[in-house]
Amino acid sequence: MTSVLEAHGLGKKYGRRWALTDCELEVPAGHVVGLVGPNGAGKSTLLNLAVGMITPSAGSVEVLGGPPGAQQAKVGYVAQDTPTYARLSVADHLRLGARLNPAWDDSLAQQRIQRLRFDPKQRAGRLSGGQRAQLALTLGLAKRPDLLILDEPVAALDPLARREFLQDLMEAVAEQELSVVLSSHLVSDVERACDFLIVLVESRVQVSGEIDTLLATHFRLTGPRRDQKDLPGDQHVVTASHTDRQSTYLIRTDKPILDPAWTVSQLTLEDLVLAYMGRDVQPERPVLEVQR
Amino acid sequence: MIWLTWRQFRVQFLVVASVILAAAIILVVTGPGLLDSYHRLTDSFLQSLGYERLNPLLYIVGQVLLYAVPPVIGAFWGAPLISRELETGTHRLVWSQSVSRQRWLATKLGLTGLAAIAITGVLSLAVTWWSDPIDDAVNAGQESNTYLPRMFPAVFSARGLVPIGYAAFAFALGVAVGLVIRRTLVALAVTLAAVILIQVLTPTLIRPNLMAPTESYLTVSLDNLRGFMLSGDTKPPQVKAIEVASGSVAAWKLSDQTVDENGNKVSTLPSWMIDCEPGPPNSTLREVPAKVTACFQRLADEGYRQHIKYFAADKFWALQWREFGFFLALALLLSGFSFWRIRRDLS
Repeated sequence: MTSVLEAHGLGKKYGRRWALTDCELEVPAGHVVGLVGPNGAGKSTLLNLAVGMITPSAGSVEVLGGPPGAQQAKVGYVAQDTPTYARLSVADHLRLGARLNPAWDDSLAQQRIQRLRFDPKQRAGRLSGGQRAQLALTLGLAKRPDLLILDEPVAALDPLARREFLQDLMEAVAEQELSVVLSSHLVSDVERACDFLIVLVESRVQVSGEIDTLLATHFRLTGPRRDQKDLPGDQHVVTASHTDRQSTYLIRTDKPILDPAWTVSQLTLEDLVLAYMGRDVQPERPVLEVQR
Repeated sequence: MIWLTWRQFRVQFLVVASVILAAAIILVVTGPGLLDSYHRLTDSFLQSLGYERLNPLLYIVGQVLLYAVPPVIGAFWGAPLISRELETGTHRLVWSQSVSRQRWLATKLGLTGLAAIAITGVLSLAVTWWSDPIDDAVNAGQESNTYLPRMFPAVFSARGLVPIGYAAFAFALGVAVGLVIRRTLVALAVTLAAVILIQVLTPTLIRPNLMAPTESYLTVSLDNLRGFMLSGDTKPPQVKAIEVASGSVAAWKLSDQTVDENGNKVSTLPSWMIDCEPGPPNSTLREVPAKVTACFQRLADEGYRQHIKYFAADKFWALQWREFGFFLALALLLSGFSFWRIRRDLS
């Protein structure tokens, strides 16, 4: 098994609106994948398709080499807003997990609950947002999946709880050797936790790849004003901006940049993500056309 | 899955079950006394019930409970079963465990549905058994204004198998409605209203079509005459309709129409029929006037008859089975719909 998540021409339509279009993805195993994009970009749709909550309108998606839903026991899923049964206690939730999952790791679940200092008798409805997220994560982890999918798990948490949650997730990933896909609208979450990035904007995948590779192949070029056509063919423009005398390009290239007129600078992950997020916002400008 | 179903359902179950169980116990305790007085008093049994306080009350309580249970089960067991999960998003938690949606639905639907059938069955059995002396007395022809034959619509729906069919149907309807509407409170209200509406409409719209009624043509006479319907504004008054007794004790009469010698329904009765009106019922000791006798004679001579359709009292169980089967089939259809719906996108 090489890829945990594979999509070809994947699309989902709600009524007349496409929530996800023409999605091509291949996520190799053993990564912590960050799925970033603004709200409403289709992140949840993609993840829901991957776990089989919804069925595609177009194309196909494969999870762990099979159709979604076929290997329910091997795919963990922590849904958006981390739903829990408000009237069931923490212990009840663990019991639910034990009853509904053949590979349930009860000692792992109990350890986590102890470490998080949860009162097993407490009702889930009384837990804070962060605690509920932790409880949902515990259910996902103790299921012992090969792939864990988390949909905006930290969206409702304050910065400290975010950090704790992600740290906790990373520790669990290191121990359990599972692949993780987690979505977020904040780059900082991804920066902290992930080594693979997917940027999704306006229902399309803009870029995907290992973060190290992405950072090594994206550059900011600053120099005298120059038209985009004059750039070498192996330099793919992500964004461009011009003043009267100066041009700034954000490009992607595998080759070294030889032109001495450019001042070349490295990008941070945030720059990179924001560049991809920003470029589709003004689609009428020809420089902003989708090109990868 | 069974544990989870029970864990989520136990409060609702215990509330309804404890009420029903309490009622059933009271009925079981008082039932032998009622049966005993029926054996002791025989013909004056119903009359003597008029002087009692507890048993007439229990009769009504049993009746009301059996009417109330199907809507309550539909609205409070059926409607929230799926809609609450969809509303709070917990379906995404439970569907991401290692159990398929179909199995999840099958367990919830199966267990809760069986509980609904069982609990209604217990109550219906208790009420039917308890009321048996009264129903027997009515069927034997004892006069009463309070107690109706069990074939009559109001009683029929609160005896035997029919309430169980209603409960199964109401539950399956609640589940399906909840799955479509996805809002607990709205689904609950819609189910409650729909089940009550079905209960009200069944005797007129569904029950008469479940079995072919017995038909007969009767010549109207002073003996079988039950009443005239007169229009009051003309002088002399015009006879609108005639009603006769079916001749079958405790039968449920569906229709009673005057037909002419060719068997066609008469829409306007001839004006001379007013002569048949025998006067107030209490003055029977008086001799029947000659013109009344003559009028009835003329009715017979000209071939006017009453065409009546009815369900005789001995068709009770046959009709019970059919109505039970009808609603059970509806419940299965609705469950089939729920299984079809759950396979489709719900997020």
